[in-house]
Amino acid sequence: MLGFAVKRSASAVLVLFSLSVLVFLIFFATPGVDPAARIAGRNADQATLMQVRQEFGLDRPLPVRYGLMMEHLFVQRDLTSFVNRGVKVIPQITQAVPVTLSLVVGAAVIWMVVGIAMGVGAAAWQGRAADPIIVLLGVVGVSMPVYWLGEVVNLLTQSRLHGSVFSWVPALGYVKLTDDPAQWALHLLFPWLTLAALYAGIYARVLRSEMLSALDEDYVRTARAKGVSERRILIRHALRCSLIPVVSLFGLDFGALVGGSALLTEVVFGLPGVGRLTYEALQNLDLPVILGTVIYAAFFVVLANAVVDMLYALLDPRVRRA
Amino acid sequence: MPEPLLEVQDLRVSFRTRRGVARAVDGLSFSLQPGEVLGVVGESGSGKSVSMMSMLKLIRDPNCTVEGSARFRGQDLIAMNDNELRQLRGRDISMIFQDPMTSLTPVYTVGWHIAEQLGAHTRVSKATGRARAIELLEEVGIPDPARRVDDYPHQFSGGMRQRAVIAMGLANNPSLLIADEPTTALDVTTQAQVLDLLRRLRREHGSSIILITHDMGVVSQLADRVLVMYAGRAVEEGAKTDVFHDPQHPYTWGLLGSVPRARAPRVRRLPAIPGSPASALTAPAGCAFAPRCAHRHGLCDEQPPLVGGAHSDACWLPRDSRRDLHLTAVQVER
Amino acid sequence: MTPEVERGEVLLRATDVTKHFAVGGVSLRPRSARPVVHAVEGVSLQVRRGETLGVVGESGCGKSTLGRCLVRLTELTAGRVELAGQDITHLSRRQLRPVRRNVQLVFQDPYASLNPRRRIGDIIAEPLQLHGSGTPAQVRAEVGELLERVGLSTSHVDRYPHEFSGGQRQRVGIARALAMNPMLIVADEPVSALDVSIQAQVLNLFADLQDDLGLTYVFIAHDLGVVRHVSDRIAVMYLGELVEVADADPLYDAPAHPYSEALLSAAPEIDDGTEQVQRERIVLTGDVPNPVDKPTGCPFHPRCPYAQERCVIERPPLAEVAPGRFTACHFPLITATGEPAAHAMAQR
Repeated sequence: MLGFAVKRSASAVLVLFSLSVLVFLIFFATPGVDPAARIAGRNADQATLMQVRQEFGLDRPLPVRYGLMMEHLFVQRDLTSFVNRGVKVIPQITQAVPVTLSLVVGAAVIWMVVGIAMGVGAAAWQGRAADPIIVLLGVVGVSMPVYWLGEVVNLLTQSRLHGSVFSWVPALGYVKLTDDPAQWALHLLFPWLTLAALYAGIYARVLRSEMLSALDEDYVRTARAKGVSERRILIRHALRCSLIPVVSLFGLDFGALVGGSALLTEVVFGLPGVGRLTYEALQNLDLPVILGTVIYAAFFVVLANAVVDMLYALLDPRVRRA
Repeated sequence: MPEPLLEVQDLRVSFRTRRGVARAVDGLSFSLQPGEVLGVVGESGSGKSVSMMSMLKLIRDPNCTVEGSARFRGQDLIAMNDNELRQLRGRDISMIFQDPMTSLTPVYTVGWHIAEQLGAHTRVSKATGRARAIELLEEVGIPDPARRVDDYPHQFSGGMRQRAVIAMGLANNPSLLIADEPTTALDVTTQAQVLDLLRRLRREHGSSIILITHDMGVVSQLADRVLVMYAGRAVEEGAKTDVFHDPQHPYTWGLLGSVPRARAPRVRRLPAIPGSPASALTAPAGCAFAPRCAHRHGLCDEQPPLVGGAHSDACWLPRDSRRDLHLTAVQVER
Repeated sequence: MTPEVERGEVLLRATDVTKHFAVGGVSLRPRSARPVVHAVEGVSLQVRRGETLGVVGESGCGKSTLGRCLVRLTELTAGRVELAGQDITHLSRRQLRPVRRNVQLVFQDPYASLNPRRRIGDIIAEPLQLHGSGTPAQVRAEVGELLERVGLSTSHVDRYPHEFSGGQRQRVGIARALAMNPMLIVADEPVSALDVSIQAQVLNLFADLQDDLGLTYVFIAHDLGVVRHVSDRIAVMYLGELVEVADADPLYDAPAHPYSEALLSAAPEIDDGTEQVQRERIVLTGDVPNPVDKPTGCPFHPRCPYAQERCVIERPPLAEVAPGRFTACHFPLITATGEPAAHAMAQR
C-alpha cells in the first residue's frame, strides 16, 4: 500500500510540473502575441511595459522565463494584478479559497446524503412505485442548469417572496464562519441547496445502477443463503461495494468544484470565491490572475485525482499491490 | 424407515417471460434421509439448481412462482415466509455455489465472512467469531489458518476459496448442505481435494448433502443415491449402484454413454443423444425426452409418472425389456 | 506454396518453444529483475499428418499459450515452429497469410468467439472472401456446403449467433475453421463449455471430419476422458513444461510421470460395474502453482510424492525412457519395457 501511495504521489507531482509548463507556454510562448501587453492589461503605458518586460525576463530564454514566473508565483508570492493596480494575485486567491470551500463542502454533504439515500431507496424498492419517482426527481435535478435554478431561487427568496415566506433569507453575499457561524450558514443555505440539486440527481442515478447490479451478484446470493437479513445485505454488502466507484466519482467532482467549477453558483449568489474571481479576471483579461487561478485549479484537480486513486485502493483490497 | 430429513412433493417453479410461461421445474418429488448424499445430475435446463434455490426462496425474481411442498423436518419450506426461512438458511440448511471467485464479497476478509455466518443466528463476540473461524479453516485443511483468516478472498487460490466457503457453510453445523456444482470451476487435482474434504466432513458432521452437478464421475464418487433430472422433471432415481450399474431410463443411458471414459476400451464415436437438451420453454407435453429418444413410441405422448419404488424411473417402456434395449443401444455404437 | 506432405510425415514440428510474459505495468526495476511469467518453457513436439495430438494439463500449465504459439497468434520468445517443413517462426504478417490457410484455430467459448453482430453465413464466408476464393455465388455455395458438413442446415445462413445454442455455435466455429481446407486444426478446449450430451456430438463431429478430410488435430483440453477419447498421442504439461509424451493407451495404463499419475487418479471415474480394478487414489497436497514463481529443478517437486534431493536441484530433461514413451523425470514410474516400476503407487 505504501509503495502504491509513493508511486502515485510521484506521478502527481510530475503531472503538476507538466501542467505548469503547459500553462506557462500558452500564456508566454504563443507566437504573435506580446506577453508584456497581455500581462500589463489594456492601455498600459510604456513605463509599465518596460517594467513588465524586466520583471518577467521577457528578453531572456524560455526556461529562465519559466523559472522567473514560478518564482514570482510561489516563492516571492508578489505577482500583482496589473488591472487592479498592484493588488497581489496570490493573496486574492487565498482569500477566495475559504468561500469556495464553504460552498462546496456544505453542498457536498447535502448531495451525498440525499443522493445515497435516493439511490439506495430506488434500488431497495425497485419494481414498486418509489423507484420511478425517485429516478424522476433525480432527472429533474440534473436537468435544471445551476445558473437558471439559482436565479429562480434568488427571484423567489430575494424579491418576490422576500416579504412573506422568505423574509428570513439574508441578502446575497458571504459572511465568514469565524465572524458569525449562524449568518455564515444562512447565507450559504440556498447556494448549498442549488448546487446540491444537480449533483444529488447524478449520484442517485449512479448509485442506483451500481446497487442494482450489486444485488444481482453472486456474493449477495451467498449472503442470503447464509441467513443474513435483507437490510444488512443492502447496506453491508451491496452498498459497501457500490460506494467504491461512487467515492472515486465524488473525489473528482469535489476536486473540480473546489478548483473553481462552482463558478456559476458563486456568481449568481454573489459569493466571492475562486470561481467568481476567475470569472471576473476572464472578463477583464487580467492575465496574472488568470494564470494564478488556472494553476490553482489544475493543482486541485490533480490532487483530487491522486487522493481518489489512493482512496480506491483503501476501499477495494483487490486493487492494492505490494 | 426413519423420518426423511427432506421430503419434496410435486415441486413446480415457473417464470413468467415475454415468450410465455417457462416451467423450470415441473413436478419434482424426492426424499432425502439424514446423513445421506443425494447426487442430482442434469444438463442445462434440467432445473436442478432452480429447484434447490427455490426451496430456500433464493430466487428473488418477482416473475417466479413456486408451488408444491418441501417438508424439512416436517415443516413446509414453501409455505413459510421469507423471515421464517431466514432462520433456517445458514443454520439448518446451508447452500454453497459454483464459482468461489464471485461468491464472497470482495471487500471483507474471509474471517469476517465466517463470523457473519455465525453471527447471523447467534450472538458472537468478535474474539469468539475469529477464533471459531480459525478453527473452521483448519478443519477444512487450509494451512496457516491464523494468518489466512485475515486475508481477502482474492488472495486465496480457487481451491482454497472453495474450502473456505465450505467452512463457512458448515459453521453452524447444518443438517443439510446443498452444494451447487461445487467443483466445476476447479482443476482436476483440486477437485479431488475438495471431494475428499466433503467426504470427510460428511463422515465427521453427519450432515446430509445434496450435490448438484453435471459430472457423472463426481456423482459416482460421492453420492449414495442419484436423481437424474431432465427438463424440470425427475427421470430416474435410486441408489447409486443401481442407477449406474443398471440404468433404466433412455436418458440415463445416453448420459452415461456420452461420457468418454478414461479406462474403458476406446471407441471412435460416442453414442451421442441427438438434438439439444430441452429447455423450460420448449418442453413438450408428454415425455420431455421423447423428441430425442430412440425408443419413442405411441404412449410417449402422455407424460410418464415416476414409478418403481427404491429405484424408480419415468418411462413407458416395459421394465423387463430395459436391460436388453440398453445393451443393444450400447452395442450398436461399438 | 506449401510442399506436399505424405501421410504419416511430420506436419508440425515445435522445437524448444518458449513464451515469457512480463508482469505488471511501469516498473523502476531493471529489465532483468522484473517478474516474468514462464508460460511455456522449452516445449518440443511433433505432430504427424492425420493424427491427433492431445495436450492436457490444469490451469496455468501453458497449454493454451502453446496452442497460440503453434498457430503464430502469439509471438514466440524463443524456439522454432515448422509447418510442413517451412519455418514459420519469424514470418511477417503478410508472409503468414498463405500459411494461415493451412492452420486454423477453434476456440473454447462458443459465446465469445463469434461476432454477435454478424450473421453466421458472413462469419463463415469471411475467410473465403479474404483469400479471394471466387465469386459471391461460389462463396455462398461453399458456405452452404460447410454448414451441412458440420450438421447445421443452409437455412441457418442468415441467423445471428445469439439464435443458436452453445453446441450449434461451436459447430459454426468449426465450419469457419474448415472454410480454408486446412491441414491442421488446433482446438483449444472446444468442448469444455458444452453440456455432456452436446459434447459427445461435437466430439463425434471432430472424428467424422478427420476421417472424411484427413485432418490433423492438436487437441487441447483439461478433461482426461475427452483427451484420451480423441487423441492418438498425448502430451502432459505442467507449469509450462512438457512432463510426458506418449501414446494414449500406454499413458493411461501406466503413466511414467508422477504428475500424470496424480492427474489420472484424481479424475473422478464413473463406476458402472464394468471396471475390475479401481485406480489407487493419489491426492496431491497444495495448490496448482503460480507460473511466476517457478520452483528450482523439477517444477513438480514441491507436490511430488516421490521427490528426492536430486529433483530439487536438477531439472530433468524430456527423455525417452521406453520405446515411444517420453518423460521428464529423474525417477520415472515405468521401466524400460513400459511396465510399472516397483515404486509406483497406483495399482493396476
